[in-house]
Order: sequence, then structure tokens, then C-alpha cells
Amino acid sequence: MNTMTKAENRTPANGTRPVNYLSPLANIHERTEGYVLEAEMPGVNKEGLEVTVDNNELTILGHRTDEALAGEVVYRESRAWDYKRVFELDPEIDASNITAKMEQGILTLTLPKTERVKPRKISVE
Amino acid sequence: MSLIRYQSPELSTWTPFDRLSSVRDDLNRLFDFSFPGSQRDAGLFSGWTPALDVHQDKDNVFVKCELPGFKKEEIDISLHDGMLTISGERKRETEQKEGESFRTERFFGKFHRSVSLPTAVNSGAVKAGYKDGILTVTLPKAEEAKPKQIEVNVS
Repeated sequence: MNTMTKAENRTPANGTRPVNYLSPLANIHERTEGYVLEAEMPGVNKEGLEVTVDNNELTILGHRTDEALAGEVVYRESRAWDYKRVFELDPEIDASNITAKMEQGILTLTLPKTERVKPRKISVE
Repeated sequence: MSLIRYQSPELSTWTPFDRLSSVRDDLNRLFDFSFPGSQRDAGLFSGWTPALDVHQDKDNVFVKCELPGFKKEEIDISLHDGMLTISGERKRETEQKEGESFRTERFFGKFHRSVSLPTAVNSGAVKAGYKDGILTVTLPKAEEAKPKQIEVNVS
């Protein structure tokens, strides 16, 4: 399973400001039954999340739902940008059975492998 | 008695080196921003620094910290002499140990952030909330630190 670096900062055709995205930090583990992908998106909840699969490309889009900093900003390190990252899916992944969970700013995707490629135990009669 | 000789910061022989290293840090940050994966190397040795924001309105000071994937009880907040400290530890879940890791960009372990508050606060009325991986600490300003409106009576 790979991550692709696509043009993540694009300029809208009609707009004046380019749309900027943060690339969420991610961990990917492989297990016998599939992959587990975790991505950090603080400020995003279930409603602000869009996960799409298109032609072996998995796109994660997270819209922030947290409020903008009110009043006078004294000090700032965070960026108010939305999150976007594109991953290339292993062909072994069963894209129709991907499940997602969002908890305290962490997206956990479970990407099962198709039955065909899972190791199978053959019992001897 | 202290055995360490006091050295004034201006005279310190380390200053040029420090300046150089701060330029290097700036460059590193520039690279970190372009390639998110490269943050991992810095995290191995120095822990990690979650993003922290401070903002204020008339009545309150707000400190916001991005801490995705914590449990409430893993975050410690303390206030001492006008300095707010947020610390904690994010533990790796045991089930993640099995299998092969393809990508490990997330930080685990301890973090520690301190920030000095812009005004005096009422330490007895501090509140904290944790939602969607963001910690927000609300610190009501002390009465003497609030802006006051003085009415002028024109007779």
C-alpha cells in the first residue's frame, strides 16, 4: 500500500485564493486479514469526514468543525486548514468492505483483503 | 551553594552556535512542512510538540492544544505562577504491535508544553474541555486584569 503525493494545494479556476490542505500524519499496519490506517485530524468529527475510493485511490478529506479562534489571537501554531491525503490501495484490498471510525481526531480505517488472498488453513481429513 | 558559574546570556560562548542551530531548526521546519513524514526523525529524540494556540477576549484567556487520540485522563493540566503547563503521554495500543508497519508517522510517548499567560487569571475557575482531539482550557481573567470602562459624568 502506497501513499501518493498529488497536487494537494490547488488553485480554483474562478477563485482568488488557493485552497490549502494539511496532510494528516498516518500510520499503516498490515495484518493477515487486511490493513489498518490511522490518520490524525484534530478538529474533525464524523460529520466533517469524507472518505472516497476511486480506481484504487483512497482519498481522505477532513473538514474542520472546530470554531475559529475568537477574540484576539495572542499566539498561534495551528493552521485552520482542512486535511487531505491520497493513498494508493493495494489491489488485494476489498474496497467495498472498508470501514471507518472517527474518535478524538483520529480516523481509523480498516481495509480488509479480499477472501481470495487471505491465507487459508486447509484441514487434513 | 551552586557549583555552576553564572554566565550572562549575552556573553555566552554558545550564542553563535545557538543562532546557527535556530536557523537549522527553521530549515528543518520548512522541510517538515513539505514532507510530513520527515517529522518522525525529530520525534525520536526530542519527543513531540503538539500545536498550541492562545487567544483571549474581554473576560477569558483560551489555550487550545491539538492532542488527537488521547483519553481524557492521559492529559495533565497545571497552573503555576501565571504559567500553564499541559503534559501527558500517548500510549501505543497493544493490538498495533502485531503485524508489519508500513508507515509510522504518528508520535507516541510523552509531551510537555508550557505557556505563560498574557494576563492574571482566576485560577480557581479554570475549565478544560476535550473534543475531536482538541483540548481547550478556559481561564477566566482576574478582575484586576479585565479592561474597565470608566464612566464620565458630565454635569
